[in-house]
Amino acid sequence: MIRVTRSAIIDAPIARVWAILRDFNSHTAWHPVVAESSIENDEPSDQVGCVRNFTLRDGNHIREQLLTLSDHEHVSTYCILDATIPMRRYVATVRLKPVTDGARTFWHWESTFDAPRGREQEFADLVGKGVYEGGFAGLRSYLQRGGALRARGAETTDAIPSRGVVVSRFGGPEVLTAATLAAKPPASGEVRIRHTAIGVNYIDVYVRTGRYRMLEPPAPPGMEAAGMVIDVGDGVAHLLPGDRVAYVAPEPGAYVDVRTVPAAHVVALPDDVDEESAATLMLKGLTAEYLLHRTHRVGAGDTILVHAAAGGLGSYLCAWGKALGARIVGTVSSPDKARIARDQGCDVAIVADSGAFADAVLSATGGRGADVIYDGLGGPSHAENLRALAPLGHWVMHGQAGGAHGTLVLGELGAKSATVSAPVLFHYTASRERLEAMASNTFDAFRRGILRPSIRHRYPLASAADAHRDLESRRTTGQLLLFP
Amino acid sequence: MIKVYTSSVIDASADAVWAQVRDFNGLPNWAPFVAESRIEGGLPADRIGCVRNFRLKDGGTIRERLLTLSDYDYQCTYSILESPMNVDNYVATLKLTPVTDGVRTFAEWWAEFDCEPQRESELAEFVGQRVFQAAFDSLKAAFRR
Repeated sequence: MIRVTRSAIIDAPIARVWAILRDFNSHTAWHPVVAESSIENDEPSDQVGCVRNFTLRDGNHIREQLLTLSDHEHVSTYCILDATIPMRRYVATVRLKPVTDGARTFWHWESTFDAPRGREQEFADLVGKGVYEGGFAGLRSYLQRGGALRARGAETTDAIPSRGVVVSRFGGPEVLTAATLAAKPPASGEVRIRHTAIGVNYIDVYVRTGRYRMLEPPAPPGMEAAGMVIDVGDGVAHLLPGDRVAYVAPEPGAYVDVRTVPAAHVVALPDDVDEESAATLMLKGLTAEYLLHRTHRVGAGDTILVHAAAGGLGSYLCAWGKALGARIVGTVSSPDKARIARDQGCDVAIVADSGAFADAVLSATGGRGADVIYDGLGGPSHAENLRALAPLGHWVMHGQAGGAHGTLVLGELGAKSATVSAPVLFHYTASRERLEAMASNTFDAFRRGILRPSIRHRYPLASAADAHRDLESRRTTGQLLLFP
Repeated sequence: MIKVYTSSVIDASADAVWAQVRDFNGLPNWAPFVAESRIEGGLPADRIGCVRNFRLKDGGTIRERLLTLSDYDYQCTYSILESPMNVDNYVATLKLTPVTDGVRTFAEWWAEFDCEPQRESELAEFVGQRVFQAAFDSLKAAFRR
């Protein structure tokens, strides 16, 4: 029995190398000795038991059967069924391992077989040099040509039909209607993503009603989603086909199953962050990150006021603020929501259905007020918020769910020596370095159990109108997701 | 149970790297954080079951038992008996594989252990980067051509 072993380091992440090698019929694209190949009986090329039938450039003909395929171990084992070359009992294994020191791949390729007596060395060289070493060189050159999944052709040169939901005209939830769109191939700096979960946020309602003129109907709303990269355009270094990713983008358009977006908004997901959670962590998680760490550096001893404390963003602010050592005072619209807010870390939950909360905040803080107010309510609550603010307090106006901010009389701020901020998430995420740091902190807070996405409301994408109705009715708590 | 996996590529033959790392008593020669080491009971360092008792440069002491040593597979497995890390059931393996394309070695080092859940990410980072990767970096520097 002859045993041949060859190994190499490939200068590409394991996900990219495996995406090619797991396809049992990909060798025509990258192996220099393979002329033509097809999988018999139209079986998928990742189906164990499938047979590839191929000819070599020297005219020889081989049939090989896939025996093992493991996406977990990155292993593929196959055998020769019959060949015009006198090799018998040939069984080969391809095994990839990650080089964690640099995003590279160790590729081990090994086989055992019998060859005619006296010709053992000839066949050992044929396999070791011609097939394995030739294959290493072929794959390297294929990757350098930008090969990878682009060889599949259709997916990169053609638009992909994308089912989605569009705002057909500005109006109520009923204007959200199903539509088939097209996800164009990624241009330079872009990436095309197949969504697996789409986050629903209150801003989507404003986009739908036209209060925020962020799209021209008919067009899909939606700011955040998670999914899998299909293909990437030129000049995108941080993403590869097959990567699990999530994004929050300043332009709406996430209510679709396939979307092409600027890669600058997209972050790769760590293995321990699932896509459903990620789809709730991008807009709301990153917002909580910058509000608590960048707009104001919250720490022990601070009392913070969080409005809608049982909502998607509010529950993240409660939980993360609590972990930072702050005392959390929250407002909610019902006793049920007060219980949920307390579960998330809210120390004092004020049921403020009437819109009045300042007296309750003052009484919960010994008459002093909150050091930081995270105000997503807007204009109608200005007077209450100013009254609830502690001297030298920081009033952070990050949203206007209740109504536009309107005019603030700056002189009134002097009564408290107050600081006012009007932060916008997309100004913080515009720097790639800051976006990466914000995402990393957010995923870490998720990993440590500080942010616990409570996904209580799941809808098929086509039922986005129901999701909006529920969100606007203030019946929901926690996170809402759409599934394509 | 958490698992930590670190791998690297060293610019030397597997035989050469193995000659450096197979000595279970040889950590002070190449691991940058080890000050001194001895094998308890005067046993040979390649006797399966022997215990190395070594002192870290930061002052801590670790005792580890040799469980597997394979000159055929270039592999060494050991468990921690005592350490300042406060971990349980710690078993680690260092394995070398020749890279036939060029004279290089694919080096893997992995560990499994139990600890309090809130210390998992901190310890995974410590073991994976500040122990295994730091030792690999030292080997890479020693064999740099």
